[in-house]
Amino acid sequence: MSDRHLSTQFDAELSGISTRVLEMGGMVESQVARSVHALVTFSSDVASEVLVTEARVNQTEIEIDLDLSTIIARRQPTARDLRLLIAISKTIANLERVGDEAARIARTVQRLVNSGVSTRLRLPVNDLAYEAELAVSQLRKALDAFARLDVDRAVEVLKRDDLIDQEFEGLLRKLITFMMEDARTISSSIDLIFVAKAIERVGDHAKNLAEQIIYIVKGTDVRHNPVGMVESLVR
Amino acid sequence: MDARVDPAVAMKPKLAVRDLNFYYGGFQALKNITLDIPEKKVTSFIGPSGCGKSTLLRTFNRMYELYPEQRAEGEIVMDGSNLLTSKDDISLIRAKIGMVFQKPTPFPMSIYDNIAFGVKLFESLPRVEMDERVEWALRKAALWDEVKDKLSQSGAGLSGGQQQRLCIARGIAIRPEVILLDEPCSALDPISTGKIEELIHELKADYTVVIVTHNMQQAARCSDFTAYMYLGDLIEFGRTNDVFMRPKKKDTEDYITGRFG
Repeated sequence: MSDRHLSTQFDAELSGISTRVLEMGGMVESQVARSVHALVTFSSDVASEVLVTEARVNQTEIEIDLDLSTIIARRQPTARDLRLLIAISKTIANLERVGDEAARIARTVQRLVNSGVSTRLRLPVNDLAYEAELAVSQLRKALDAFARLDVDRAVEVLKRDDLIDQEFEGLLRKLITFMMEDARTISSSIDLIFVAKAIERVGDHAKNLAEQIIYIVKGTDVRHNPVGMVESLVR
Repeated sequence: MDARVDPAVAMKPKLAVRDLNFYYGGFQALKNITLDIPEKKVTSFIGPSGCGKSTLLRTFNRMYELYPEQRAEGEIVMDGSNLLTSKDDISLIRAKIGMVFQKPTPFPMSIYDNIAFGVKLFESLPRVEMDERVEWALRKAALWDEVKDKLSQSGAGLSGGQQQRLCIARGIAIRPEVILLDEPCSALDPISTGKIEELIHELKADYTVVIVTHNMQQAARCSDFTAYMYLGDLIEFGRTNDVFMRPKKKDTEDYITGRFG
C-alpha cells in the first residue's frame, strides 16, 4: 500500500514542515559549533554572529508552531501523522533551547574577552571543544535520524549520551584543579563550567530528539527509561 | 481472524460474534468475523464502502432475513442464546435490538404516534402511561423541548436532524438493550450531527450502542471501541484511543491516516 496520502496537499504540508524542522536543526547545530569556535579563538565577533542567529531561530520556532496548529485544525491527523506533529512540536522546543545554550556560550565568550582574560592561563578550552564536538555530532545524528525516521540511529544517539556526561564530569574535575592551583583562574573557570554544562545540555536535547523519533515511528513513549530498556522496547 | 479485544481490557460482552460468515447469494460479504461488542459502550465499525460494516450491523437483528438469497453462518450470542438460530419471534429480537437507518424514516403519522406505534406492538399501556413513555423517549432523544407543543403534527414536518432523533426516540421507546445506528448522521448538517453524537454519548449509560459510520472523525469522537473492516475481514478491533493513536496493523493506519488508495 502506498505511503502517500490521498491528499497530495497534505503530503506536501507534512514534508514541508519536516523540512523546516531540519532547517531549524541545521541552524542551531551551526550555532553551537560557532559558539564553541568563538570560545576556542577568543573571538567576540564570532560570538556576536551567534547571538544574531538566535533571533532567527526563535522566529522559526514560532512559524513552525503556527504551521502545526494550522495542519491539525485543517487535517485532523491521526496515528503516525498525529504522532509526527506532536513530536515536531516537542522537537522544535528542544531545538530552540539548543539555540539558547549556544547563545549562553556566546555571551560567556564575550564576557571573557571583555574582561581581558589572558590566553596564557591555558584554560582547558580544547577539552571543551572536544565535548562540544561530541554534542554537535549527537545533534547531527539525531537530525539525520529524524530526516530518515531511522529508529536504529535514534537508539545510537541515546546510547552515546553517556560519553558527553563523562566528558563533562572530567572537565569539572579539571577546572576544579585549575582553580585550586591558581586562584587567578577562578572567575574564568566558573564561566567555563557553565559553558561545559551548556554543552552537556545540548547533548540532552539531542537525546530528547531521538526519543521523539522513536515515538513517531513506533508509537512508544520511551522517555525516562534506561537505554537498555529502550532497546528492548523498540525491537 | 480472531480480533477480540485483549481480555485484560475487555468489558463484559453484550453481543459475542463468533466465526460469522455472511453470503449474498454466492458472494461472501463477511469472513470469519469474531469479536465482542462490549455492554453499555459505543462500538463503531469503520472501513471503505463494501467492506461489510453495514452487513455486519444488519446481522445483529437479522435484518437480512427479509431477503431470501442472503444467509449467515456462525454465532451471534446475546444473553446465552445464538440470535442466528433463535426460535424466538423475530420481532421480539428486534425489540431488544433496535435500529436507526441512514435516512430518517419517520412513519407518515403524528410525532406522538411515531413513538407510540412501536410500543403498542409489545405493550398495552393506559393512555397516561403511554403519554409518559412518549415524553420519556423524546426526552432521552433530546427532542422533547423542540416538539412538546406539536406532538399531534406530522413527523414528516420536522427537520432532518429532528426526524433522525425522532427515529432514535422511536427505537428507544420500546426499551431495547442494543441500539444499532447505520450511518445516522450522513444526511445531517454539522449542528444536527453534533446533537446526535451528544445523544449517543448519553445513550451508552443505558444501552449498548453500535454505529456504522463513514466519518472516521465521528468514530473517533463518539466511540469507545472501533473495528476496522476491509473486504469482509475484520482487520483490527480495539479501544478507539489505541486504534486512532497507535493502530497495530499497517492497513488500519493507512486507512485512518488517509493513505488508503
